[in-house]
Amino acid sequence: MSDHAARAAEFVADQSRMHWHDQAVWFIRSKRDVARSFVPEWEELRSLGSQIKAHTLSRLPDYLEEFEKNAVAAGARVHWARDADEHNRIVHGILRDHGVARLVKSKSMLTEECHLNEYLEEHGVEVVDTDLGERIVQFRREPPSHIVMPAIHLKKEEIGELFHHKLGTPVGLADPKQLAEAARGHLREKFLGAQAGLTGVNFAIASTGSVVVCTNEGNADLGTSLPPIHIACMGVEKIVPSPSELAVFLRLLARSATGQPITTYTSHFQGPRPGAEMHIVIVDHGRSRILAREEYRNSLKCIRCGACMNTCPVYRRSGGHSYGVTVAGPIGSVLAPHIDPKKHADLPFASSLCGSCTDVCPVRIDLHHQLLTWRGELASLGLVPLHKRVVSRVGAWLLARTWAYRIFGKLLRVFAPHIPNPWTRQRDLPPMPRESFRAQWRKRVRPR
Amino acid sequence: MEVALFVPCYIDQLYPRVGLATAELLERNGVTVHFPEAQTCCGQPMANSGFFDDARQLARKMLDVFSPYEHVVCPSGSCTSMVRNHYPMLLPDDPRATALRAKTHELCEFLHDVLQVRPRGRFAARVGLHQSCHALRELRLGSGSERLVPAYSKIGTLLEGIEGLKLAELTRSDECCGFGGTFTMTEEAISCAMGRDRIADHERAGAEMITGADSSCLMHLEGLLRRDGKKLRVLHVAELLEEATR
Repeated sequence: MSDHAARAAEFVADQSRMHWHDQAVWFIRSKRDVARSFVPEWEELRSLGSQIKAHTLSRLPDYLEEFEKNAVAAGARVHWARDADEHNRIVHGILRDHGVARLVKSKSMLTEECHLNEYLEEHGVEVVDTDLGERIVQFRREPPSHIVMPAIHLKKEEIGELFHHKLGTPVGLADPKQLAEAARGHLREKFLGAQAGLTGVNFAIASTGSVVVCTNEGNADLGTSLPPIHIACMGVEKIVPSPSELAVFLRLLARSATGQPITTYTSHFQGPRPGAEMHIVIVDHGRSRILAREEYRNSLKCIRCGACMNTCPVYRRSGGHSYGVTVAGPIGSVLAPHIDPKKHADLPFASSLCGSCTDVCPVRIDLHHQLLTWRGELASLGLVPLHKRVVSRVGAWLLARTWAYRIFGKLLRVFAPHIPNPWTRQRDLPPMPRESFRAQWRKRVRPR
Repeated sequence: MEVALFVPCYIDQLYPRVGLATAELLERNGVTVHFPEAQTCCGQPMANSGFFDDARQLARKMLDVFSPYEHVVCPSGSCTSMVRNHYPMLLPDDPRATALRAKTHELCEFLHDVLQVRPRGRFAARVGLHQSCHALRELRLGSGSERLVPAYSKIGTLLEGIEGLKLAELTRSDECCGFGGTFTMTEEAISCAMGRDRIADHERAGAEMITGADSSCLMHLEGLLRRDGKKLRVLHVAELLEEATR
């Protein structure tokens, strides 16, 4: 089992960095607060988004087939992948058939989830992530720490040093504008040399067969306009019925994600451009298992805005990498155990259950309730440490008996200050009162 | 009006004065207070850890103890939420669970909504209000910073009539203090980091004391304050109101 608590403690140990990270991510949450306050109907919009997703998920197979039919009619090729492995093989197959050795990619958390880059590199394909944040973490050979801002864990000085080594920028250059300029120059060459472009998908419209990609850098547009092959990879849950529903999500997405009214680029792709090819890979990878579980179904409504991460007091102070999964934070902690409950049994416990994620979610996913539901499921699967189970069982036995509780309470007040435990490592215990409330109440009701 | 006092186990054992202040406040507002002595714990620590069967046992005991009463009042948002929001899920076939849900209130909520009192009194201090998460987001004692709804705070309204009391203006009005039940032990590092950040916010806002509706959050903050040798003190809102309206 992986251990969020241990990695979080490491992150916290560097206090100044932890505070810097907390402030940087909180700044995005604050921007979101401002952006949504310009939309008076925000709460209704969240409900509407949630209901549209609920409806779409309730007839997902129909919408997927409708999408496939319309996408094919527009000239795209549609591929279906059961899991990460099949997805990777399909993408590689397309590239192999066309003799592609150089691929440019815009941001796609699905391909991160499937570890596509590693797979393609093993098969001799050069993969270049063209989203600036993604390129930075790719240079560092590490996963993104945030789904919207993949390199949010890095300071500009660290990026300057990285670019000095990778792109030959002057030593000590840490000006974000100049660093971005250097990356632009570097990526421009990669765009020009690419033989295929891969994008993620934010929304797939069933009635038109088109896919919608939202970016701020325009890299998806360049990556699909230059090379003759466009591969778009999407999870099955990305479907919306028609363009009018899309409008609801476009209003919710960027405001929740970065506090922008809308992303700089919202690109619609309906079939390939003349003389080019468009492939759409539709991936399940555990999603239909979630769909089958009523108590977790809501989590498939996620539009990957990252707002739950930005608001999460734990995420902000433990960093995305502490979760050990592609999608970190509250939504990641709800999704990951579906793939491997044993490996990710720590994640549903990496939360104080404060509920801020639930209130910030643009599609009203009951995130903190799902985390609690997972705790129950992990406990019944026997995936919670034995000592916890014993403490709970013994505690419940004592507390179910008033006499035992009273004796235990008395003993606790006498002995607790002398027993070392995680509480007293950084905190004092309150001064122990001589008498409990109930003892004092008795005297109050029946004074001697 | 007759009220059964639900005193959470840790208040019973560690903060008896919060229980006494609660009873005192209620009585001062014309309520007859009963304390059913068979009560122990609502089962939240077990439920919070995922051991729903263990929690269920305690939920049943709570139903036995409190079902006969017309109103149940508790000086903790978190324990109130356990009864209100989780019992019906733990015991879906027991109609007493839904009945108890309807008649259980957190203290401030009871004063504000049921008794509809607006306390008058005096308490000269700049006070930082810690909005405990479950009181805020599960019981909706306030509007919260995430949602776009007309701003309100039931605790704030109760404190409005207290002369001399100034609420400190926090940078982050409702961020979690990091207590989080068993989280505070299993994720101790983050929990304490969160607590210290809350304290710093209150200090920057010039608070002389921190008040709130949950002694668990306050115990966590108090533990950090004492260890770090800070002047700031904590006071449960029941104690504050009791003292102010004496």
